[in-house]
Amino acid sequence: MKLIDIFEETYFSLVSNKVRTALTMLGIIIGIGSVIGMISIGQGAQGTIESSIQSIGSNLILVTPGAQKGAGVQVSAGRGSATSLKQEDAEAIAKEISLAQAVAPEISRRYQVTAPGTNTNTQVVGTVSEYPAVRNIEIEEGDFVSGQNVNGISRVAVLGPTTRDDLFGENADAIGQSIRINKVDFKVIGITKSKGGSGFGSQDDMIYVPISTAQRFLAGDTYVTTISVQAKDADSMTELQTEVTNLLLDRHKISDPTQADFSVMNQADIVATASSVTGTFTILLGAIAGISLLVGGIGIMNMMLTTVTERTREIGLRKAIGAKRANISTQFLAEAIMLTFSGGIIGLILGWLISLAVTQFAGIATSVSLSSVLLAFGVSAGIGVVFGYYPARRASGLNPIEALRYE
Amino acid sequence: MIKCKDIYKTYFNSGVETPVLFGIDFEIKDGEFVAIMGPSGSGKSTLMHILGALDTPTSGEYFLDGKDVSKLTDDELAGIRNSKIGFVFQSFNLLSRATVLRNVMLPLVYADISKEHRKKAAEEALEAAGLSSDRWEHLSNQLSGGQMQRVAIARALVNNPALILADEPTGNLDTKTGEIVLGTFQELNRKHAHTIVLITHEPYVAEHADRIIHIQDGKILEDKKNHQKRVATHIYQ
Repeated sequence: MKLIDIFEETYFSLVSNKVRTALTMLGIIIGIGSVIGMISIGQGAQGTIESSIQSIGSNLILVTPGAQKGAGVQVSAGRGSATSLKQEDAEAIAKEISLAQAVAPEISRRYQVTAPGTNTNTQVVGTVSEYPAVRNIEIEEGDFVSGQNVNGISRVAVLGPTTRDDLFGENADAIGQSIRINKVDFKVIGITKSKGGSGFGSQDDMIYVPISTAQRFLAGDTYVTTISVQAKDADSMTELQTEVTNLLLDRHKISDPTQADFSVMNQADIVATASSVTGTFTILLGAIAGISLLVGGIGIMNMMLTTVTERTREIGLRKAIGAKRANISTQFLAEAIMLTFSGGIIGLILGWLISLAVTQFAGIATSVSLSSVLLAFGVSAGIGVVFGYYPARRASGLNPIEALRYE
Repeated sequence: MIKCKDIYKTYFNSGVETPVLFGIDFEIKDGEFVAIMGPSGSGKSTLMHILGALDTPTSGEYFLDGKDVSKLTDDELAGIRNSKIGFVFQSFNLLSRATVLRNVMLPLVYADISKEHRKKAAEEALEAAGLSSDRWEHLSNQLSGGQMQRVAIARALVNNPALILADEPTGNLDTKTGEIVLGTFQELNRKHAHTIVLITHEPYVAEHADRIIHIQDGKILEDKKNHQKRVATHIYQ
């Protein structure tokens, strides 16, 4: 029996029972569609989180006060609860550790900010002129906080684009305007370039002021909330982390590293932690979708078994006029595979549409990866073979005499 | 040529032995039209299965077209059925959602014959079976019983078999249509010299053949030439 004949017989028997074929395929379509859709959402989320972590800078080590509390980028300490890092610590790191290419201490808290007629609540970061280099921030217009501003305790502010939009209106010219933070007047001297991302912790919804100004007018003390240290390259990260830890332990006169009143986080660790979280999330979504795929496969087996019973006489006839065992089993197997394969293609399109719709309407970045497509295809073809095999075997094993007598 | 030599058949079913055929011996020459007649339970169906290479005898030899087929495997038997035997069943057994042509071409699909040849052979067979060509593209479930049996006859003819085996071909038809089907067999036998074995329990149907083998209780009771052959027409009135 030629391959083309097998295809023709298969095609013929599938189209001669369109409704049943379509309903059976639906199980596979939904299964494959949800696998592809779910994995694309999971992987999209993973990509978004990783790139947002990468966007805070490269080769970064973050020193925060208090004990390590997990993988959060900013362990936001309440006033007085973790005030163990001082600006002098940052200066000592810059001076004594040669691997530290740039050091940027910052003091950040949320304040109510007002401009004439509007107000917003946003993160105010007091920092130094090295900050943009360390944290990958670019200036859209105007200037960032300069060393002179820091030395002179100037009341100047650099706004993130979202903050600028909130206070002055979309793309308004804010340079030279005045804002009030915590009842203190600041003059806007620059706007940072948008980094994308939205919601809590967005790098676009920020106000940067000189660290000295923040300490004097806003915080009232010289503690800092984060020290960002940039390593020369990725290879020296671990060494830098050790050196920073030792230096600070020494400065804080702590002998037991487990008792440290600060924590040093490596950016790679943060990425790894976040990735493992989103990875688990992806697996969870994929597993749920996989169950529906499995159910779809069982649906195919169910239908094929029904078909074998229903077509017993046909099988008997085919055998009587000369079909060999292999001809019969190939035909039934081909039917199952054809069902899963066409279901797989339609499911692929469905999954892709789901991911497009999620991106469009929910604003979550998604990515349909080649590996998920291959996985879904492999699984659907596998389902066809596995769940088609048993009915096909049963059909081919029928005795033609009994099959012809079957009512 | 068909030759049965001392054929025994016993069914073994869950430890119970059921002997059905006891030493069947006969020969059928090429171009003969033979009826195998017997009441139900006589073993004629079992004999038909052996003649049709659907089953093998427990002992004895069966030669079909000079080839001993009594000890072949299932797949080898399938090959024999495909190339040497054409079946006509009581209940037609057509693929109901397929066209007439498709039904007739089906045996050739398993014989690895190219598509153009299949169509040509099917048309010739339909011609010989006497189904008018305006029905060839119809679905087989749109046909009358007589037309369906003609399609089945064409399907049996299409591989140019050594033996056409008809199992109660008139059982599901009214007398008049049955006559026409029997007439068609006579015509095929006379004009195209096809060897035909007709299995029936009705003496009236058997009397359309040239020779009648009467089976009872698994043995040949009588094997004689039919001198009062009934002649039927193969043409629709």
